[in-house]
Amino acid sequence: MSVLINKHTKVITQGITGATGLFHAQGARDYGTQMVGGVTPGKGGTKIDGFPVFNTVEDAVKETGANASVVYVPPVGSADAIMEAVDAGIELVICITEGVPVLDMVKVKRYMEGKNCRLVGPNCPGVITPGECKIGIMPGYIHKPGPVGVVSRSGTLTYEAVWQLTTRGIGQTTCVGIGGDPVNGTSHLDVLKMFEDDPATEAIIMIGEIGGDAEEQAAAFVRDHMTKPVAAFIAGATAPAGKRMGHAGAIISGGKGDAASKKAFLAECGVSVADSPAEMADALLKIWQP
Amino acid sequence: MNVHEYQAKAILRNFGVPVPEGHVVYNSNSARDWAKRLGEGPYAVKAQIHAGGRGKGGGVKIAKTADEAKQFTRDMFGMTLVTPQTGPEGKFVKRVLIEKGCNIADEFYVSFLVDRATDMVTLMASAEGGMDIEEVAAKTPEKLFFEAIDPVVGLTAFQARKVAFKLGFEIAQVKQAVPLLRDLYQTFVETDCSLLEINPLVLTGEGNLLCLDAKINFDENALFRHLRIRDLRDYDEEDPMEIEASQYDLSYIALDGNIGCMVNGAGLAMATMDIIKHYGGDPANFLDVGGGATIERVTEAFKIILSDEKVEGILVNIFGGIMKCDVIATGVIEGAKQFGVKVPLVVRLEGTNVDLGKKLLAESGLNIVSADGMADAAEKIVKAVKEERQQ
Repeated sequence: MSVLINKHTKVITQGITGATGLFHAQGARDYGTQMVGGVTPGKGGTKIDGFPVFNTVEDAVKETGANASVVYVPPVGSADAIMEAVDAGIELVICITEGVPVLDMVKVKRYMEGKNCRLVGPNCPGVITPGECKIGIMPGYIHKPGPVGVVSRSGTLTYEAVWQLTTRGIGQTTCVGIGGDPVNGTSHLDVLKMFEDDPATEAIIMIGEIGGDAEEQAAAFVRDHMTKPVAAFIAGATAPAGKRMGHAGAIISGGKGDAASKKAFLAECGVSVADSPAEMADALLKIWQP
Repeated sequence: MNVHEYQAKAILRNFGVPVPEGHVVYNSNSARDWAKRLGEGPYAVKAQIHAGGRGKGGGVKIAKTADEAKQFTRDMFGMTLVTPQTGPEGKFVKRVLIEKGCNIADEFYVSFLVDRATDMVTLMASAEGGMDIEEVAAKTPEKLFFEAIDPVVGLTAFQARKVAFKLGFEIAQVKQAVPLLRDLYQTFVETDCSLLEINPLVLTGEGNLLCLDAKINFDENALFRHLRIRDLRDYDEEDPMEIEASQYDLSYIALDGNIGCMVNGAGLAMATMDIIKHYGGDPANFLDVGGGATIERVTEAFKIILSDEKVEGILVNIFGGIMKCDVIATGVIEGAKQFGVKVPLVVRLEGTNVDLGKKLLAESGLNIVSADGMADAAEKIVKAVKEERQQ
């Protein structure tokens, strides 16, 4: 078992004829993901490296039976690409693109209301269920199948956590990169709920960062509803207020969203908080044994 | 991206929002000329820098005559303005806004921003105008009013009315406030703002609403569709190193410490700063080389880190995904050779092509310390910098 994706997931790539889209479609296929085709308007009917290309997501779904889509379309068209996938009945859209205007995402969120589709991202590394399905830009080989769920805003910091687990012989059910933008499709809280409901997930590592209060909401859920142990790290303890640290969401404003208060609240809610990013796996092992 | 007050007001004026008449000047003689053209005094003389709290530092003055406006302007051009938001080094004043003065009967606060909790643009308003709004929010949250705005229908008249009545306006002002608030919202969405703040919105002695101050931040991700706004960027207001870094798609922020960092990914970059601190060191910067860094970008990153004279050691922390470790290693070697790195250099590589990357570093003949894992890397660089200091 796993969350969001598994070996039955059929994936199309939106923006497959772009260099990035094609590169990662190939990488995912090599990993074993069912990459069934792609969409680039105007190139329908052609093939690229064996992938059938369609003009619209609707066509792609009809021909391939895809139920997931990954978006590599540049920022100018990302929001439109997401909505096209939603409209075509895709159940899971993962948007990797970095730099999507926030007001475009406000519209996308409104558009998705009441529709049977989940969005992950934008500005995220993607989702991987080790050994079964990889959708996104993460290096596959650092993962291994096992009982720990990982959820994070950051790409490379997730790899760090995963690697700490893997080198200790502990595998992962699913690793979800939710992305660093202020308005995104899936929150820490959403993913924690999925992990709680997934029988295969025994424990969770949650990686957060400064800015907003998504980590606090997730922690309150841990306190009130979760039966599984959760460890966490919050990046940005040394970040000065008012400076945006790369991610648009990672900013301390009005004295809110700083690392110290987040860590304190998480600890209060029963989360095992790592003091340093080198201790994420160890923080989990303090409260859980595989 | 920030713009100056006078630029924000020009944009608002285009959307029909009432702002005071005024003009930006670059020397004190034209300050007097423009004051005269505005008619009778008094005039507001306002230093244009990208920081709030200007009044507290002497950057906002009321002149009774055009000559006085000239005098105040001359004083401001010579000054480095220090406000609570500029830091102790302050900012050099290069532009001054001359505005027609007005009678202020009352002051209010209005802003629009994207609320992460609702994923919608939200109107925030308070009758406590002219105050530090964060203080109002902390001490008297009941004095702040919110309206979340549906992106499909926009700010409705009834929402604007609700807010106007809550602010205590008479019906005559409510009738002005409704189009004013809706025009502000229109400005927000049509120019892709991330923050639009009017503090204060004033009620004049004549009974009119007027946006006396205006602060706009634009969403940098949307600047591709607002080329005229992009051109308003004032490089004088930004850290020169941050500008240079952005030209190479590097995300760089200078900090106060002495250990330079080069990392891929914003989250890992923040975490690297944190772990340096954890082991008793002090990071000199945040630097994210991004996912698709090339040898040139890594070399450039080196140049930027080394141009900070405070740097006494460098930590490179890379977890290669798309980024290949051998590319990073080659860039590090290039940079170290080109700029003659004289400070301790610790490199931690993990991920794609890690063995090749480590081999390249080992065979480079350079004094590069290799580390296994983040903790080891942070410990090594902190120790090395301390040892250098003792020598």
